Amino acid sequence: MAENTKSSHTDEFYKVKHKEQMKHQVITFALMIIFTIVAFALVAGDFSKLFIIPVLLLLAAVQVMFQLYYFMHMSEKGHEMPALMIYSGIFAAILTILALTTITWI
Amino acid sequence: MSTHEDVLSSENLPHEPEKATLEGKNKFLGFWFFLGGETVLFASLFGTYLALKNSFGNAEHATPSQELFGLELVFIMTMFLLTSSLTSVYAMYHMKNHDFKKMMLWLGITVLLGLAFLACEIYEFTHYYHEFHHTFTSSAFGSAFYALVGFHGAHVVFGLCWIVALMVRNARRGLNLYNAPKFYISSLYWHFIDVVWVFIFTVVYLMGKVG
Repeated sequence: MAENTKSSHTDEFYKVKHKEQMKHQVITFALMIIFTIVAFALVAGDFSKLFIIPVLLLLAAVQVMFQLYYFMHMSEKGHEMPALMIYSGIFAAILTILALTTITWI
Repeated sequence: MSTHEDVLSSENLPHEPEKATLEGKNKFLGFWFFLGGETVLFASLFGTYLALKNSFGNAEHATPSQELFGLELVFIMTMFLLTSSLTSVYAMYHMKNHDFKKMMLWLGITVLLGLAFLACEIYEFTHYYHEFHHTFTSSAFGSAFYALVGFHGAHVVFGLCWIVALMVRNARRGLNLYNAPKFYISSLYWHFIDVVWVFIFTVVYLMGKVG
């Protein structure tokens, strides 16, 4: 049990793999910054409300997917259960928001 | 070399040390379960805010969201939190390469950015209070606003305390199979805070400005 079975070869392999992942994450970050700037620019500019609100929500949804899949590693192997948990959460969240905005407080 | 020493040294860590032990695997699953629940918790606060954002009742000082919010500060806060999310990704990158010192450095930067965000938020709330008399009890809008944004702020405070506590406790210990899962889930929590903030700046501030 005690001997070290890892070779420096596999170490190198993982280092390269991690570097690859890091590159994706930096690209993700750049895209998120761009999306944020677009969202703020849309509001600062003079556009119709019916156009802005769906676009803002879409930009937010895409940013959150980036965050979940790249920053929180959900795109990697072994994330079936986390996906199940978070999507169940999102499903219940949508029902909650619909109920509160249409029935409870109105 | 004994197995005991093996586990405690950062030179002999296995691939993905955060999920190499059963405890690490359970922490990982359990924490995602918790995040699913947090999603619903924040949804209830968002739903309440959306339903009550135009309710002022007989409030003495009723400032609609269009006049209340300033986008410059919110933009700066967004940049702080988004960047801190990237720096915690860097920290986890170094953890996966078993580089403890660099991980601590990037976690430290994450904490500083989180503190900058928090300072902006405190300034924002005091500004609303002094300039607009916009308080928790001034109107239904005020209650819903502070409940939602304040709860997110409380999450930031908790996340900062958590990361700092982990850093202090493990400063001399180095990275091992015992603390790698702890660092990993604290970074998941930090990303989740950013996920919630994306919806707060979109739904509360940007949509509040549009009307």
